[in-house]
This record gives sequence, C-alpha cells and structure tokens, in this order.
Amino acid sequence: MAEQAVRPSFTDESDASGPTRWRTVDIVVTAVLGVAFGVVFWAWGLLWNATGAAFTAFPPAQAFMYGVWLLPAVVAPLIVRKAGAGLFAEFLAAVVSALLGSAWGAQVLLYGLLQGLAGEAGYAVFRYRRFGWPQALLSAVLAGAMAAVLDLVYWYPLWSAGWKLTYVALVVASTAVVSGIGGRALVRALARTGALSSFASGRSRA
Amino acid sequence: MTSTSGARAAPDATAGGPVGVVARGLAVRHGSRRSWALTGVDLVVEPGERLLVTGASGSGKSTLLAAVAGLLHDEGTEVTGELTVGGRPPAASRGRLGMLAQDPDSQLVMTRAGDDVAFGLENAGLPPEQIWPRVDEAMAAVGFVHGRDRPTHALSGGEKQRLVLAGALARRPGLLLLDEPTSQLDPGGAALVRDAVARVVADRAATVLVVDHDAAPWLPLVDRVVELVDGGLVEHGTGWRPAPRAAGLRLPAATAGPVLLAADAAGYTYRGTAVPALRPTDAALRAGRVLAVTRPNGTGKSTLALLLAGLRAPTTGRVDAAAGLASGVRRGGTAPHRWRAADLVTRIGTVFQNPEQQFLTGRLRDELALGPLRSGEHAAAARATADGLLERLGLTEFADANPFTLSGGQKRRLSVATALATSPEVLVLDEPTFGQDARTWREVVTLLAEQRAAGRAIAIVTHDADLVDVLADERIRL
Amino acid sequence: MTSLAVGPAPDVALARINPVTQLAAILVVTVVLLSSLDLVTPSIVVAAELCLLPAAGLTSPRAVWSRTWPLLTSAASVGVVNVLLSDDAPPLAGAALALRVVGLALPGVLLVASTDPVLLADALTVHWRVPPRFAYGALAALRLVPLLVVEFESVRLARRTRGVEGGSNPVAQARLFAGTGFALLVGAVRRGSRLATAMDARGFDSGVPRTNARGSSLHARDAVFLAGTVLVCGVAVTASISTGAWQPLFGG
Repeated sequence: MAEQAVRPSFTDESDASGPTRWRTVDIVVTAVLGVAFGVVFWAWGLLWNATGAAFTAFPPAQAFMYGVWLLPAVVAPLIVRKAGAGLFAEFLAAVVSALLGSAWGAQVLLYGLLQGLAGEAGYAVFRYRRFGWPQALLSAVLAGAMAAVLDLVYWYPLWSAGWKLTYVALVVASTAVVSGIGGRALVRALARTGALSSFASGRSRA
Repeated sequence: MTSTSGARAAPDATAGGPVGVVARGLAVRHGSRRSWALTGVDLVVEPGERLLVTGASGSGKSTLLAAVAGLLHDEGTEVTGELTVGGRPPAASRGRLGMLAQDPDSQLVMTRAGDDVAFGLENAGLPPEQIWPRVDEAMAAVGFVHGRDRPTHALSGGEKQRLVLAGALARRPGLLLLDEPTSQLDPGGAALVRDAVARVVADRAATVLVVDHDAAPWLPLVDRVVELVDGGLVEHGTGWRPAPRAAGLRLPAATAGPVLLAADAAGYTYRGTAVPALRPTDAALRAGRVLAVTRPNGTGKSTLALLLAGLRAPTTGRVDAAAGLASGVRRGGTAPHRWRAADLVTRIGTVFQNPEQQFLTGRLRDELALGPLRSGEHAAAARATADGLLERLGLTEFADANPFTLSGGQKRRLSVATALATSPEVLVLDEPTFGQDARTWREVVTLLAEQRAAGRAIAIVTHDADLVDVLADERIRL
Repeated sequence: MTSLAVGPAPDVALARINPVTQLAAILVVTVVLLSSLDLVTPSIVVAAELCLLPAAGLTSPRAVWSRTWPLLTSAASVGVVNVLLSDDAPPLAGAALALRVVGLALPGVLLVASTDPVLLADALTVHWRVPPRFAYGALAALRLVPLLVVEFESVRLARRTRGVEGGSNPVAQARLFAGTGFALLVGAVRRGSRLATAMDARGFDSGVPRTNARGSSLHARDAVFLAGTVLVCGVAVTASISTGAWQPLFGG
C-alpha cells in the first residue's frame, strides 16, 4: 500500500509498454528532435551556400551530403524505440526545412515522408524489438536508397543509366556511414549527457 | 488502462475544491545516487492552505515536488513511506493538479495566447462553447492584459509565465504546484508572476505549494514555511526570515589599474530590424574593477556583453582593446571581434548565461584543458592547469563526469572555471548568478572578487541587485 | 524568413480555403506533374498556379521573389544538370523539367502564405483524423523553431569564446558545425522532455477524447477549389496528349 501510494498506475518503462504505445514524452521528444534537425539542416544549407555554391550545382557531389539529411529517420527510433518515430521525425525535419526556406521548396515534404517510411522499414524488419548497429545501418541504407530513387524520379529523370547507378551507390554509401554509423554514435553521445534519462535508450548499455 | 478514473472527470466536477497533501515518513532515492534525496518527510497540508517549501539546491525540493505531482517513475527510483494527494495516490490525482515550472518556453504549447489557455480545457474534453468563457475568465484572473490573439513569442518572460498560470487555472485545479516560477525572470517579470499568484490564491479555491530556494519574496503570499535540510523537513515559525545572501560576506579589496577594454559609442542593430538592440554606449573596463551593466528588461545588456567579448562587431561606434591587451594578437589589431579565437581566449574570457552552450567535451577535465590547449599550451601543462582549477572549485570528484550531468550550480562554476583556465585579463559575464541558491551565489561572488583582486577587469551584465551592491565598483544603467 | 513566428492566418482570399483542401489539391498536382516529363503539362499547371498568387496575398514582385527564389534557382539547376548528364536530351527538355519543379513547389508556397500551423493542425485532426496527440505535439515542437534558431547562433558564438573556430579549413568547419549541432540537440531533447511533462500536467495524456476549441469547417468553396484543380490538371494532360508532346515518366 505504501508503495502504491506513490507509484503511478501508467507504465514507465518505454520498452515494457511495447513499441506502439506512445507516451507524451515519446511524441514530444521525437517532434522536437525532428524540428531541431530541421534547424540544423537549414544552418547546414547556409554553410553550403557560403562555401561552395558550385558544389550545389553538381548533384553527384551532393550525394556525399545525403547522410546528414537522413539522420532524423535513423536516430529517432533509436532514442524513443517506438514504431513510426523515424517517419514522424524525418517528416517534421522536412517541414521545418521547407518553412525556413530550403532550396528545394515544398517537395521536401514528400521526400521526408517517403524517406521516413523507408527508414522505418529498417526497424520494422526486426519488429521494433532491437535498436542496435545492424538496425541503424539497415534503416540508413533503405532510407538512402529511397532518397536516391526519389531524386532520380523528381530531379534527374533524363540522366543516363550509368550516372543514375553511380548516384544511387554514392548516396547509399554516404547514408550508411553518416546516418547509420554516425546516427548510432550520436545517440550514444546523447545518452552520455543524461538527456535521455526518460528513455530506455538512455539507460541501457546497448 | 491509462490513468485511473480520477483523471477522467471534468475539472469542474462537484468533486472539485481544494485538495490536501499528506506525507508520512516519505523517503525517496533516485536510482543513480547512493544517498537518499528525501529522508522520512512528515508533512500535512490542509486543503486551501498555502505552503512554501524552501531549501538549498540539492536539498530534495524538486524530488518532493515530483513525488506530489506523481512524476516519480524513473526506473530504479526507490520510494518508501506514504504520500497521498486529496486522499488518493498522487498519480490518481494528477487531473486535479496545476503546475507552473521555471522555463516558460518549455511550457507553452500554442502560438496564440488564447489557444494556449484553451489547451488544457480541450484535453479535458470540454465543448468549445464552454471553453472560451473560461479562457477569458482565467486570463482576467491572472491579470493578463493582452487579448486571445496575442502571439506567444511576442510576450515577455513574466507575461509568458502568467499565461501558463492562466492555462493551469482554467482547469480549476485543487492543488497548484509552483516550481521556482520566477527563477528565470528579471525582477519585473518576477513581480508580474508573484502578483498573478497573489490574485489567484486569494479565494483559496486551490491549495498552493510553492517550491523556491529564494524564500523572501514569497513570504507575504504563504501561510506556512517549511525548509528541507539534507532531505529532512524543518518547520519555521511565522516570524522567520531567511538570512540575506550577502550577510557576512568578506571580499578582498582591489586597486584600480589601467583601462584594458573600452566601448566608444558602441551600438548594435540586428540585421533586418529598425530599432537598435543597443543604443550607442560608452563603457570602460579597468583592471581591478568590476563594471555592472543593468537594464530593466530587454536584450540590450546581453548585446553589450557580446560586443565587449569580441563576439560581434558593433554596427555603430567601436570597441577597442588597450595596446597592452592587444599585443601579440596575430590579426585584428585592437578590435576584439576581428581577433582569432585562439587569441581571444587568452585575453577576454566570456561566461554565457546558459553554461551548457559553452560545453564542448564529454569530460570535465577535458573541458578545463581545452582552452589552454587551444591557446597553444602543451598537453601536460594544460592538464596541470585543469587539475588545479578542479581542486580550487571543489569539482575534483567529477573530473571524469560529463559536464551536462552536473547540477545547475556546478555547471555555473565549471563555466567560470573554463573562462579562467587561460588566464585572460578581462572577464565578461552574462548573469553569472542566475538561478543560484544562497550558497553558490556566495561562491561565485567570492570567486569574482578574487579575480578582481588579482588585477582582472570584470564586466558583469546582470539584474541581480544584491550582486551589484556587493561587487560593483562602477555601474552603467542602459 | 521566420514565417513560423506567426500569428493569425493572413487575411487573404486563399485563407478561406481549408488547409486540407489545399493539401488534397497539392496531392493531385503532384501526381500529375510527377508522372509527366513534357513541356505542355507543367506550363498549363504553372500558369494556373500563378493566377493564385494574388489570392495568397503575394502581389508585389518583391514578395513573390523573397518566397520563391530558392526554388527558382534549384529549378534552373535541375534543368541544366539534366541536360548535361543525359545521353541525348535537347535543352527544351531541361526547360520542361525546370518548369515541373516550379509547378510542384509553388502550391506549397501558396499554402504557407495563406495559413498558419495551428489551423493546419486543426484541419488535419478534424477532417483527416490525424491523431491529435501527434498533431499538437508537432505543433508544440514547431513553436520552438525561432528559439532554436537563436540558440544555434548563441552556441556558435559560445564556441568562439572557447577558442574554437572554423576558419578556412573545411574539415574544421564541419567539426565545429557538428559540435554546435550536437549542443543544440542536447538542449532540444531536454526541452522536449520538460515540455512533455508540462503538457501532461494539463491533461494531454489523460485519455479523455480531445475537443477542438477553434474547430475547422469545410464549405462549398472547398469543393469548388478541388474541382477546379482537377479540371486544370485534366486540361493540361489533354492538351499535352493532343499536341503530341505527352511523355510519361515510365514507359513511352
């Protein structure tokens, strides 16, 4: 009775309650993460414009940058461990990008949606029960592939097949490294600051 | 499945009215710590009563508040004893609770004032025709003068807190929890909030629990005061007054030296705005002297700090470093904003209002060694400097901890220490006593006085009147 | 630029069209434009969109330029790059693609100019059954954007006070950026956790079905708007086929 006097009746362990039961903190932190990434993207875009306008005109070089754009899709599920987190975060990052005036206008929204979905698939394959290196890498690779394909449909449908293949390969390689490995490292670093104390990912050593 | 049926009742059900809090032998320990945050607390708060819970940082106030709010559910948190709110477990009474925390921007949800107040009522499932009258009623109760359509981003800190209070009140709570609601506000904003609280508690429709390390301003508003000392509760009598922070403080004397840094009609206008954030201002920083910059509210004083610290170039006027200070600078002459960062760091040390913004590494020791390393010291010398500072500030046991995991007071000490690690001759500090309790306040003041005695020029941007009284040799009112 | 620090929806004609109607129209236009590569289809669609600019309050050339210059530059770049890197495309094909980019992005510009995030969230939860906790959680997070932008700048300046600066070395710049971004993320996650607690304290997770204080309603003009969009797209495709210019994305 004394124990019950203080312990609340809703469950606290985020993985004990299952990957589909979102607490408010799961929703809001995912949203804020997506929004914060959107701001980072905008700043990243400014940096790009300042240092290499020529770069932006040569898309294969842009492929190297792709990893950064896909971080929300890979990182959000690693933190909150809920189904749909990657989609939600990536979409919001795209919304913020569009609103802050990215160079690509509103079609980043479609990108955000589809990239987020592809990233989710990487975690869904493991039934949202595991959130480690293999999951992060798979999510990154799938999201990258989707991004590359979208680019080819949207922007570069007239390219020769050779260029198209090169592009996909470059983008997938970049996302695997930056979003996959980098994303996982980012989550570990965040956990070390204590910011993730409301989540299982902040407590476990995994 | 989710919260128990208590939370499903509409806030103005007949079961409303103020609720009391009863704690018997309540003891709490957080999973990550070895010592108990609360040790055997016995407390009875009658419905409608107004209680102030005070105590130094780390005394267990936030833990007690979290327990009453039903927020103690991290894994590994151990709780013994009994705690009921309104006769039920705290989690069951969450629907009858209203809360006001420190940071207004972490509590506002909507972009328009009226919508934000309506938020809690929407959550309660009230139909729209009942919501808006209550929104207006709550906004009037706290004295919010702007209309429903006022954008929330255009409000001052005090006004934002008032709005959050209105949002809590609209739900007609039985218990109002206030967690240091004025600690991040300037004096004007703090007064706004206290005034709003005074208005709303007059009719005793809710029990009020205020938690604040700064007890004095709340005394007129509360019936009782209790203090948490090392996890245990002490009740104070009606005549009790807290000791003033500066009582018995003895600071080393200092002698004035030459001017090291001067602002000459320096002003700043942000790009795209018409009104200058800082009007042309003169300021002179002398060795061995503390200059205090105050302003009722607004960003002018922080802008001056940025100009003096060499972080922004003035849009009008100039900021010049004395020849002695600027000697050896590789680029930029006497204008600090043109100096390279490595040169800046050994000449002007800056401490931001939010210490976390200046953290770069994952360990305290690395954090302290970074500045010296960046300015060209060898690794061994830098480490020695770092260890020395750690000891000086009593942070040696945290040498390997992540800076973000420190308490507020410790972070503040760390950020001051990192600025000192490169022995700059000039120090610029933005609100160094923000959110500090009496003990850490005294530590910071003593530390700054010692720096002054060592011949440094110090500029402090602050609205802390005690700090200005105790430390300032010269003063600019913007 | 910070159109997010916004108050009530602008008082323009297009604001009277419900946001979900505009979203549905965007979807129609996207499908039509994505599936074709010729010059005729996007030309007609873009012409129709340009007619709506005044309805969104974008009447002065300056206002139009300030909202559209990013997409215009990228449209140009797309046109050029495709021609360069393809096997045999004529410059006109590049122009067609550039126009397609404009046609896809312009409706978004119109939407942003004529609504505000709160109305959009209301419309989505009322009409499209988007779960309110996600919609309003996202809205609460969006509110923080101007603050995060300011904070990014503060963190960047703070790095300078610690002796860390990008200088001209791109690697150093990238590392500095990564560090600044990280600090921003830590602050954002912390803030998000506190915001979640505050929202719960106001009953956000109580399980009670939420009501909407502002409401969102659909009118006949919404149906007219959507029908008009479909009509314009139909005309565009018909014209394209009948002039023989039709070139679908897949096949043909």
